Amino acid sequence: MSDHLVLEAKSVSKFFGTITALENVNLQLNKGEVLGVVGDNGAGKSTLMKVLSGLYKPSEGSLFFDKEKVTLSSPRDSQNLGLEMVYQDLALAGNLPIGDNIFLGREPTRKVGPFNFLDHKKRKQLTEEHLAKLKINVKSADQKVEELSGGQRQAVAIARATAFNAKIVLMDEPTAALAVKEVGKVLDLILNLKKLGVSVIVISHRMDDIFTVCDRVMALFQGTNFAESELRNTSRDEVIGWIMGKKD
Amino acid sequence: MDKNQESLFVRLIPFFERYGILLLILIMIAVLHLLQPDVFLSWRNVTNIFKQVSWQSMLALGVFMVIVTAGIDLSVGSIIMLSLMGLAIASKAGMPWYVVMLVAPAIGFLCGMFNGIGITLLRMPHPFIMTLGTLYIFRGIGNLISGGVPITGFAEQIRVIGNGKIKLDAFFGEGAREYIPTSLILMIVIFFIFWVFLNHTRIGKWIYAIGGNPGAARAAGINVDRILIIVYTLCGFLAGIGGLILAGRTNSAYPNAGLQSELDAIAAVIIGGASFFGGRGTVLGVFAGVMIMGILRNGLNLMNVSVFWQQVLIGSIIILAVYIDVLRRQLATRT
Repeated sequence: MSDHLVLEAKSVSKFFGTITALENVNLQLNKGEVLGVVGDNGAGKSTLMKVLSGLYKPSEGSLFFDKEKVTLSSPRDSQNLGLEMVYQDLALAGNLPIGDNIFLGREPTRKVGPFNFLDHKKRKQLTEEHLAKLKINVKSADQKVEELSGGQRQAVAIARATAFNAKIVLMDEPTAALAVKEVGKVLDLILNLKKLGVSVIVISHRMDDIFTVCDRVMALFQGTNFAESELRNTSRDEVIGWIMGKKD
Repeated sequence: MDKNQESLFVRLIPFFERYGILLLILIMIAVLHLLQPDVFLSWRNVTNIFKQVSWQSMLALGVFMVIVTAGIDLSVGSIIMLSLMGLAIASKAGMPWYVVMLVAPAIGFLCGMFNGIGITLLRMPHPFIMTLGTLYIFRGIGNLISGGVPITGFAEQIRVIGNGKIKLDAFFGEGAREYIPTSLILMIVIFFIFWVFLNHTRIGKWIYAIGGNPGAARAAGINVDRILIIVYTLCGFLAGIGGLILAGRTNSAYPNAGLQSELDAIAAVIIGGASFFGGRGTVLGVFAGVMIMGILRNGLNLMNVSVFWQQVLIGSIIILAVYIDVLRRQLATRT
């Protein structure tokens, strides 16, 4: 699989004034691969994600999408390149139904004379198809998001991120706010995305998550690449050691 | 309270949330009909209620959209007065009636846009503050341009909008006294247009999304400031239409026009089931809220109940309506 690189960051550094958040960080992501990113608080995980999604401009270094060098000036740019971010605070409107949330800002419409009206039927149909494709179970596509459980909301957020054929999905602590019984469903969903050929980067501090869904794990420590390994060649204890800055 | 009773109570709440308001209207009509069998449901009285609520309903509809975005517009009562004064001055200056007719909505449009720009571009901390300021500014300007005195006498074409009658001779025979007020037709048409706008267009959907979670709307690439400016502008525009209807109804522009009517508008919206926290409410609910206020005032007037008791009753209904909203939110977060 490593023959198809969809995303690469080369010696990326990010400075905030005198603070160095990232220093010479490298990252590679292959098609259909799930990469786990671990690290202690302040190790630079979130900063790296924000650089990849175009929210922050790297101070040094460069980004490559499909092996082509790109400069991102906003998250819109990375979205256009097929990268979507699932926000930790979910960014859903609880008062709106599932389908409305998935298509918010990109609603299907139909023309009646000079006017564009919402195509409720089409939205419902696309929503049901997409949820079925991701094997997300909800009572109805018309259910309001505020009536959903935390895990179902996370699923809707992921469905939203992938509704427009995203090739890369970044997830920041996708299971952090979930009840134990719901974690499994979200992890299944990540594995489903992988089967559909989507590449995923998961930030998590839960070893269970990392060792269930990831193909590869990389650890950041104080803003630098600390260690990296195929999952089958490492162990929980070793990865926990990396987070604390210990290497054999 | 034992468990079964509670669950029945809990199950009844969504039912009341949806249909309770219509039930309330029916009960009010039934009670008033029993108390005043000859007068209340007479053609004359019913049309009177509709004529009275027609201009108030324009304010309520505009304020409703603002409240859906979790905002507030306190200035609509002053906008109605300023647009009315502008119309009167244009009329007095001898402008043709079709220009005069456009003056009120145009002034309302500009006032609303001013509010919207202040709230978004000037980064006012809350719409309450901006529109509290313009509540004073707009009424002050209205009094400045009119000299603080009433201006009366408008062209027949203007009067028709607020006071016109569509005869029903075809149904009730030649010379019948039954008629439909023009302002009722105008109100229904405008409510329908805004129902379509809010439920079947992307901007309408975004208005609800902003009320639900402005952060989510921004993350979805929606230009929240632009939508807010549109909402406040439309709110002002509707207040301007209200001014036009009021001009026709009273044939006069007077300094106290629309005084405190912003509070009636907010009350009607809240009674109609919209949430003050944004994102929730329907156009039909606003219509129901306006009707409840109108029927209540009319019925109490017919029965010679003092204005003071009317205030107490309307206040109580507002608190009851909001309490139902509180219960609803509690239930939603309990799961």
